[in-house]
Amino acid sequence: MSSTAPAVAPPVIETRQLRKVYAEGTEAEVVALRGVDVQIARGEFVAIMGPSGSGKSTLMNLIGCLDTPSSGLYACDGVDVSTLDAEALATLRREKIGFVFQGFHLLPRMSALDNVAMPLGYARTPVAERHDRALRVLEQVGLGGRASHRPNELSGGQQQRVAIARALVNSPPILLADEPTGALDSRTGEEILALFKKLRDDNHTVVLITHDAHVAEHADRTLVMRDGMLYHSMEDAEAAP
Amino acid sequence: MSWMDILRTAFFALRGNWMRSALTSLGVIIGIAAVIMMVSIGQGTQKEIDKLVSGLGSQRLDISGAGGQGGGARLAQGSRWSLNDGDVEAIRTEVPEAQYVSGSLRGGTQAVNGENNAATNWQGVEADWFAINDWKIKDGDVFDAHDYSGANKKVILGETVRQELFGDDSGVGQTIRIGRVPFTVAGTLQSKGQGGFGQDQDDLVVVPLETARRRLSTSQSMPPGAVQQVSVGVDDAKNLDTAQAEIEALLRQRHKIQPGADDDFTVRNISQIVATRTATTNLMSKLLGAVAGICLIIGGIGIMNIMLVSVTERIKEIGLRMAVGAGPTDVRRQFLAEAMLISLIGGAIGIAIGAGGAVLIGRFSDLPVSLDATVVVLAAAFSIATGLFFGYYPARKASLLDPIEALRAQ
Repeated sequence: MSSTAPAVAPPVIETRQLRKVYAEGTEAEVVALRGVDVQIARGEFVAIMGPSGSGKSTLMNLIGCLDTPSSGLYACDGVDVSTLDAEALATLRREKIGFVFQGFHLLPRMSALDNVAMPLGYARTPVAERHDRALRVLEQVGLGGRASHRPNELSGGQQQRVAIARALVNSPPILLADEPTGALDSRTGEEILALFKKLRDDNHTVVLITHDAHVAEHADRTLVMRDGMLYHSMEDAEAAP
Repeated sequence: MSWMDILRTAFFALRGNWMRSALTSLGVIIGIAAVIMMVSIGQGTQKEIDKLVSGLGSQRLDISGAGGQGGGARLAQGSRWSLNDGDVEAIRTEVPEAQYVSGSLRGGTQAVNGENNAATNWQGVEADWFAINDWKIKDGDVFDAHDYSGANKKVILGETVRQELFGDDSGVGQTIRIGRVPFTVAGTLQSKGQGGFGQDQDDLVVVPLETARRRLSTSQSMPPGAVQQVSVGVDDAKNLDTAQAEIEALLRQRHKIQPGADDDFTVRNISQIVATRTATTNLMSKLLGAVAGICLIIGGIGIMNIMLVSVTERIKEIGLRMAVGAGPTDVRRQFLAEAMLISLIGGAIGIAIGAGGAVLIGRFSDLPVSLDATVVVLAAAFSIATGLFFGYYPARKASLLDPIEALRAQ
């Protein structure tokens, strides 16, 4: 498996025997992850595929520092997350992760610019810098001219670009996208995926969660989740017991 | 987030739902308005009492014949004159706490200077009377010993009377008539203005006690040497009760009152007058205080309720904010700031309404009202405290949300 990873720079995401068990010790116990090992290097565009119930959302939540593992190890850009409390996890998300969701999750009462600038407040960026930085990332996703529009004045594709700009504004090493094209028509979806590739070329790490093989094709590498295990190709997953 | 960020975010959140925010703050508005009115009336009363006490002197006792100022059953006619010079002298020599003692007589009369005349009251007094009542001389001089002993026809004018008789002139040295008797003006009193009960304290003329007895008193039944009232200035306010007890014992002994029999005199203590006055306004204050308390509790519960609704409604927003890096502390502060802002704005409106109400109460009722900055600060602090207290639980609830579930919520 080490042959697939470029392994020049230290990996930005690294897990070892990652396990997640819900309602542990009760009758409702669910083992969502059964020991996942994965390494993703900086500047990679990786897709994680899998049907619902395969554990891919659990893996995404762990990689996104929204949750901590039951056992095993996750180093997020070199930081071990397993012992962190809610406050420290929030700090880690602020610094390391940019989220892109299927449903965009823009705040309806704010302009595109204010939506993009919102994470800067939590990062305690000086007020004077926020406007310029938010505008710069909006321009980077091709929406410099729509800064003052509210989400309901933008198309779905444009809203998702605003959401991507918001994910980028704190310059996190990891961009985590959960079904980012799921609510878009296929042509707009292609545009968003092209944007991810461009970001990858700018040395961002993009992790894309999807159940759609066509979407996954755009990634450099596809990982497959099945029954709580991670495989490095569809063939591996199908060959597994 | 910085406090500026938090307040800005809270402000925008409330503006987005301004009608609901306004209705939520209604309880606080009414509560704070009631607080303002309550404190204004309380302070007004306190000021009035202070004025009363400083005007009359908190260290004084007034002794009158029992029939005169009816306390309890009315006694036989003669007892109206139960006090006399001998009593005054006895108090002066035998009660060590009595620093100043003055017997006095009083009545109504006309004071005339040429074409000007004034209906006023005369007071026949002894030398200590000025100190007991805290009267200062403006022009001229007080009576000298000879004026008292010789029953000289000299008069000291209160400011109101002086003005009516002499206009801009001090009148010192001039002759006026009181009733039908000519008097020389020896001096004038410094103005005291309105008294605690709203009466004009400057509407009087003062003459020596003996002069009043011989020239002004119209009473047929007055025995020789009688006084209507004895005023005593006690050396220290804490000796007031001791002095009162001593005077009562002394007078009972002098008047040969058997044990168990009623006194033929009454000793009044300023604190008793104050107590009656305070009781009335205290009741009003307590009533408004209860209204204020209930409104603030109801208002606070209203805020808590709306904040809980708001947390549920905005659960996705909370999830998103957490995903982009808001920690539990950030979320808690944001919702706390919203609750505080609602109650602070409510408090500001309540202060305006309360101040207006206090002014109206002052104008259209006889309750004394006093408004000052401390009331406003107090009310603002109350409203912030309400927001903090009732906003804490919803804010904490929001901060403890699991970001994964919050993001997934519908």
